[in-house]
This record gives sequence, structure tokens and C-alpha cells, in this order.
Amino acid sequence: MKIKVAIIGAGISGASIARVLSKYENLEVHLIEKAPDVGWGVSKANTALIHGGYDDDPDKYPMRAKLCIRGNRLWHQWVKELQIAHVWNGALIVALQEEDFDELERLLERGRRNGVPEMRIVDREELFHLEPGLTREAIGALWVPIVGQIGPIPAVIALVENAVANGVKTHLETEVRGIKVEGGEVKGVETNNGFIEADIVINAAGLHADEIARMAGIDYFEIHPRKGEYFLFDDDVPGPRRVLFPTPTPISKGIVVTTEISGHLMIGPNAQDLPPEKKEDFATTKEGLEEVWEGAKKLWPQLPPRSKVIRTFAGLRPEPTGGDFIIKAEEEVWGFINVAGIRSPGLTSAPAIAYEVAEIIQRDLGIKLVEKEKWNPYRREITHFFMLPPEKANEMVKKNPSYGKIVCRCNNVSEGDILEAIERMKFIGVKTPSVDSVKFRTKATTGTCQGSFCRPRIVQLLAREYGVEPWKITLKGKGSEIGIGDVKALLRRDEA
Amino acid sequence: MEPFPEIPMLGYDVVVIGGGPAGMAAAARAKELGLSVLLLDENDYLGGILPQCIHSGFGIHYFKEELTGPEFAARLAKRLVELGVEYRTAARVLEIRNYSDLEKVVIFTSPSGVYQVWAKAVIYAAGARERHAFEIGIVGDRVSGIYTAGEAQTLMDIYGVLPGKEVVIVGSGDVGLIMARRFALEGAKVKAVIELMPYPGGLARNVMILKDFNIPLYLSHKVVEVRGKGRVQRVKVVKVDENINEVPGSELWIEADTLVISAGLVPAVKKLKKIGVEIDPATGGPVVNDRLETTVPGIFVAGNSLVINDLVDYVAEQGELAAEGTKEFIDNGGIESRKWIKVEKGSNVRLVVPHYLSGERDVYLYLRVARPMEDVELRIPEIGKRLKLPVVKPAEMIRLKLKAEEIQKANKKLTVEVVKA
Repeated sequence: MKIKVAIIGAGISGASIARVLSKYENLEVHLIEKAPDVGWGVSKANTALIHGGYDDDPDKYPMRAKLCIRGNRLWHQWVKELQIAHVWNGALIVALQEEDFDELERLLERGRRNGVPEMRIVDREELFHLEPGLTREAIGALWVPIVGQIGPIPAVIALVENAVANGVKTHLETEVRGIKVEGGEVKGVETNNGFIEADIVINAAGLHADEIARMAGIDYFEIHPRKGEYFLFDDDVPGPRRVLFPTPTPISKGIVVTTEISGHLMIGPNAQDLPPEKKEDFATTKEGLEEVWEGAKKLWPQLPPRSKVIRTFAGLRPEPTGGDFIIKAEEEVWGFINVAGIRSPGLTSAPAIAYEVAEIIQRDLGIKLVEKEKWNPYRREITHFFMLPPEKANEMVKKNPSYGKIVCRCNNVSEGDILEAIERMKFIGVKTPSVDSVKFRTKATTGTCQGSFCRPRIVQLLAREYGVEPWKITLKGKGSEIGIGDVKALLRRDEA
Repeated sequence: MEPFPEIPMLGYDVVVIGGGPAGMAAAARAKELGLSVLLLDENDYLGGILPQCIHSGFGIHYFKEELTGPEFAARLAKRLVELGVEYRTAARVLEIRNYSDLEKVVIFTSPSGVYQVWAKAVIYAAGARERHAFEIGIVGDRVSGIYTAGEAQTLMDIYGVLPGKEVVIVGSGDVGLIMARRFALEGAKVKAVIELMPYPGGLARNVMILKDFNIPLYLSHKVVEVRGKGRVQRVKVVKVDENINEVPGSELWIEADTLVISAGLVPAVKKLKKIGVEIDPATGGPVVNDRLETTVPGIFVAGNSLVINDLVDYVAEQGELAAEGTKEFIDNGGIESRKWIKVEKGSNVRLVVPHYLSGERDVYLYLRVARPMEDVELRIPEIGKRLKLPVVKPAEMIRLKLKAEEIQKANKKLTVEVVKA
């Protein structure tokens, strides 16, 4: 008899947990997600950094302090196994005035306590050698070489694909409505798609983890959203080589200036606390974006004109009561494990969180986990035409002509890339076809023109492959359809 | 030298990049002049944006009759076929390499494979892209229902999809006005056209659309925010003052499920920038001489990649001109001139192309003013040229013919200015 595990939430935490738990013979793992695709919650919009682990005070936030550096080390291995796009370019925490060095010293000391290797304070001369484009006001910095960047949603997708390949079952567009508890033990979860039996329920529900916990009768914490806004610039705008931070403040690590993995200059986030009922508020604001612009200018004075902005977006951090990650088996409900309040550095910590959960299952629930004889740690990244040298591309096209047909002209994404993306969407159980699902897998629509040329073509491909009319294709799930019917629908008064 | 030994190699005198009106006219003309030509276009069909422009008003100058977009494209395509011009559709150029003046390589991909084409010259006619919502600073929810005008047009007139039923349009240029009419014709309610400037941005004949279909025009206004869940539900509009600053307290919300952005076009010239072509910040397109040759010898440009045009007729004309330049370039091993006269922008001139004139041939100057004016004179003081114009507006491109002997009168430069008569 296998032990049934239900993981609630297919973000970076839930997906990492699913992958790690898929190693065990005696577990049957179910990954439950209310969105049409994985990684669309907190994991979708953030700074995409693999942090160094110097920032979290081990006295105040022991979980964060322990798991961040562990996660960083694990990501170095995971990105290779799962072929996740990444760059290890290091971070500079920049001092603009003498007193900043006191804070940098504190961070250095904290980093050493947390076990962060290779950190040091650099002087002005070395700083400009590491980052020539930095503001001339800079007088020194803390240099953290182990910092890197990944694509957060591609990472979630890679983890879930690997988990599914290793036997994990996904339940997308499945919203948890209740947790069934009998005699102090979890029995399963009630959802809009029926009851899912479970001996262990892992609450990795991001912004909604407090609501899920309350369904199991646990309410000692609350999650409130903290909004951060960002600008992305066109890829011909020069950006820094390193991840640039200002010297931090108590509330936030500050507004970062970086070149994200696709080569776009990115600035953000600010930090704005919202009330708990604002968990769906991913709107950008004029004020927030202004704050980001002004903050970024302090480190990177040569910001381009606004016409070079290709996207602005907002993310929400799930801020828990107390500020530390809440990762534990709850004693009053046997089998209920909270993985809540996974705010920054959650993306970095995710692999370590997953191993922590496996340990909790063994140590606190007393379940001996039996490793599978055959577990596949590898997952191949989707074909990206734009990454192939011409000779290689030509070979691909000879085998399959769709790889020779470019759909997204800004990023050179081929029809073959997109068809592969659709195949993989189906593989992990994506039921509602949406342009965003293709976007996050292929980078189509994320270039200079933001999809105005290729979105209609992607809609056609999705419509064909999913066998639905093109106007029923969505941007990001039900309620975000691309159209209202065929072009004569209103005149015929039979609007779809 | 062969850059890619494993990739099939093709050879032509000239490669034309882009199969819209500029590229088709260029390819046809180059073939007529006896050059071997390959035309490449990324779409499945020739014509560029024309096949989705199903309204009429095209071709009055070029074909001397009024046509729809698809008809205009079909005529050029027929000419290509009759001349036996080789063309490939679904062919996307990945890179242009410039080895020397008469050695260019164009690498393209297509469903039949990746190819390298060696050519003596390249005519770049890849059109433009539209400015999008993020570029013009619209904030708010990330929802479905926001389209550029071209995207909405593609959905409707290529794929037969109706984007929405209550529409707000940003921008009263030709494209925005034409889309307003297009939506109205399909039974959608166009709630408003929002224009940043104190005057409408389109040709007079298109501004009439607002009257014809009873569509409100908000001048000196801008859309600043979009709200909705899943799909656009309402948009926030504010008034702007003469310095384009938002007027506090002037906000109004308009209920709509669709926001169409028609906030101008930008020449699509990234591939030219990569090979060092100099760009004019005023046009967004390359700096060119009177043969429409860029600052990289043997790389020519025409159509909306050169400068955003109002009329397809001028676009096709530029294609022909670039082809004639290419012929001269190949025959003489370069475009030669005893002197180059620089065209300078004077009072109230926002942009003018070409940038350099030889004085050895007649040219058309294409220019736009910065602000609307009435009763003006277009002057070129260095050569004593004067032309009275009743009205000038930024929306209406001025095309001015200069004869070679007129141009020769100038020495190093000539200045184009538009001043009160």
C-alpha cells in the first residue's frame, strides 16, 4: 500500500517537493494547482535570483538562513540535471556612502555564519572592474560570487515535467475547497473536481497558504501580500554584468538592477504591503513604477528612455506572520505539513525546502521512505531554435520542417518549438490552452513587439492542436479569451 | 570564404528582405533591370500587411486607381510572377553579414531548411512594428483584450476572429481610425478614440470616419490604466495639458472589453543596426543617400523600414528607387558622387529623407512637420526653392520633387524649413 501525498500548489515549492518525493517507491504523489498551468502564482513574477544566503539573520529567521544557502548549492546541481536556463554571475551589494560599509560588514559576518563561501568587500577600483557601468557615486561593495539567476517559471515547468516523468499525478484547474480531517489525521482534500484521498497533505499554497491551513483547523499565522513592481527593457539596452543591489534596509533587499537570463535589463522591485484580501492584485501602479525607476537610477544612472520599456509587471510576496518560512508537520493534525510564508528567498530555497519536507515525513511522521531503484533525475529542455547554430538548425529542419518556420520574429521561436511546448503542456495535464503557457515555455511574445505579430499565429496553433475555435483560446486561463466569436458573431447576434 | 560549409548556398545579385509592397516593387524593378533577385518573406503569403487592409484607398498614385489592400498586393504579386522573380515565403532572415562592398550573406530559415545566400547587394524592406501598451506607459491589470491595431486587424481579417464588442482606441492616426471603422462595421460599439495631441492624427479622409460612425474623439487625453479580471473591463482616461502632463482630477473611466493601441509605428531595423547601419533618431530608420543606400555600402532600404509612410504608393515608389540604386551599385561597384549635399532640418521640420543628395539626379524628399500650421511656405533657402501650402500637419507626409539642376545649386548642405507665408 502506497502512502498518498497531496501537494497543494504547483509553484516553485510544490514542484520541488513533488520532484523530491517522486524518488520514493512507497509514495503516491498528487500535485494540485488551481491555475490552468504550473508556476503562475508567486513563482511567476519575482526577481528570479538565486540568492547568496547572507541576507537572512539566523537568530530571527533560522529557516530562511539555513535553507537559502542550501538551496543555492542545490540549484547549482539541479539546473544541470533539469537543463534550466541559468547564469552564475554574482552579486554586488553597493555602498554609496561610508556608513553603508557598517551594514555590508554585518552582511559579511552574517553570510559567514550562514556558511556562504567566497564573499568579500571590494574597494572602488575593483568594483568598477567587476561592473564598469555602475554609478560613479559607488564607493565599494560586498561581492558575492555564488549569486545567480534562473527563469522561475521555466524552472517550475522543468521540475513538474521531471516529477510527472517519475510518476507524479497532476491536477490542474483544481481548487482546494476543504481538508478532510478525521480523528486528528488528514484523510484528503475536497476540490472543485471531487475528493482526492491523501494520508499526507503538504500545504504549499503560496499567498493562500493561511486559508488552506485554516481549512485544516490551523490558524496561528496569516499571509499578507507584499507587492513589488518591475520594468523590463528591450534587449538592445545595455545592462550590468552582475546583479546589483543597494545596501539593504530592514524591509527589503532594495531595488535591484540586473540583466535577466534572456538578456534584458530588468529593474525592481519596490515593496508595498497590501491587506490580506488583496491576494489577487497583480496590477502595476504609476506610483510603484515611479519608485522603482527612481531607486534603480541611484545604481544605474544611464536608464534608457521610456520608449525602450517592453514590459512592466508586478509580483506578490507571501509575507507570513513572524517573517520566517513556516515549514513543519503540524502536531494537532497528523499528516498536515505546512510549507507556508515562502517569501524571498523562496525561489533560492526551494530545493532545500523539498529535502526538508522529505526529512519531516521521515523524522516527524515516522514514515520510512524507500528509494526507487529507477528514478530519472534528468529532463531535457525544450528545443529553442534561437539557441541552435545554423548547421544544427538545418539538421533539425531536415527532420521536421516545422522547426524551420519562425513564428515569433523578435526571439526567433519556431513553430516546432511551439508544437513541442504544446506537447509538454499536455504531458503535465494542461487542459485550457493559453498563450501564456506557450510564452513561458518558448519565449514567444516576450520580445521587442510583445507578441503583436506572433500572438495570432500562436492562437492558431493552439486552436489546431487543442481542437477548439481560435476565439476560445485564452491568454491566461478561462475568462481571458482572445476573442468573443467569429468576425460576424455580433452581426448574427450569436456571440460566443 | 564560406561561413557555413554545411549549409546549402545560393547566389543572387540582390536579396530583397520583406515581401510587402516595398519589397515586391523593389524585386520586380530589380528583375526588370536585369538583376538576378531573390525575395524573402516570413509570412505564408506575399503582401506584408496589405492582405489584412481590406479597406480601399490604396494605389491612387502608383496604379492610378483606387484599390483595396489585397488588390494592391495582388497586382504587385502578379507582376512578380510575370517577371519570373524567385521568391520564398515562410522564410525568415536570421542574419545579414557584410563581408565587403560586393559580398553580403543573408542567412534565412524556412521549412525546407536553413540557407545562406551570397549577394552583391541587399534591399531591406522589412516594414515596421507597432508601439505597444507597455511602451506608452499604461499600467494596471494584466488582462486579455489589449491588442495593437495590427494584431486586432490580423485576428479579424486574416483569421476571422472578433476580438471584442466594446472598444476604446488609443490614437487617432490612420491605423486607429481605420480600426475604429472596422470594429463598427462588425457591430462592435466603439466607445471612444483617445488622442494625446490637441488635433487628430490621421488623414482628413480618415478623420471623417468618426462622424460617419458617430464615434467620440477625446483630444488632449491619454489612457493611463486598465482594470479587469481576466479580460479588460474598464480603462482610465485623463486629460493632458499643452505639455502633455496629466491634469489632476480629470480622470474618467470608460467601460470596455477591448483596448486597441494605435500609438505609432517604429521601423524594424534591429538587423541593420547589428551590421553598423547608422540610424536617424528622427525617423527611427537608417540614414540614406538619394539612392536609398544606407551608411553600409550595398545595403539599401525602402518602405516603412526607411521612414513611416502614410501611403503605400510612396512605399512602392521607394522600393523601385532602391532597386535602381542597387543596379547602379552593382554595375559601378558602388554609388559614387562628386559631392554629397546634406539635407538639414529647419524650422518646424520633424524629419526628412533622404539625408544626402548627390545633385546628379532628381529626387523625392519625404518630410513631416513637427506641428500643424496654416498658410505656410516650404522653403529651401540655399537653392531659392519656395512652395506655398495651405495646411501642413504631422500626420500628412509631404513629398517634394527636386530636380537635379536645382539641387546642384547647393554647395555642402540644403535646409528644408516650413515657415509662415
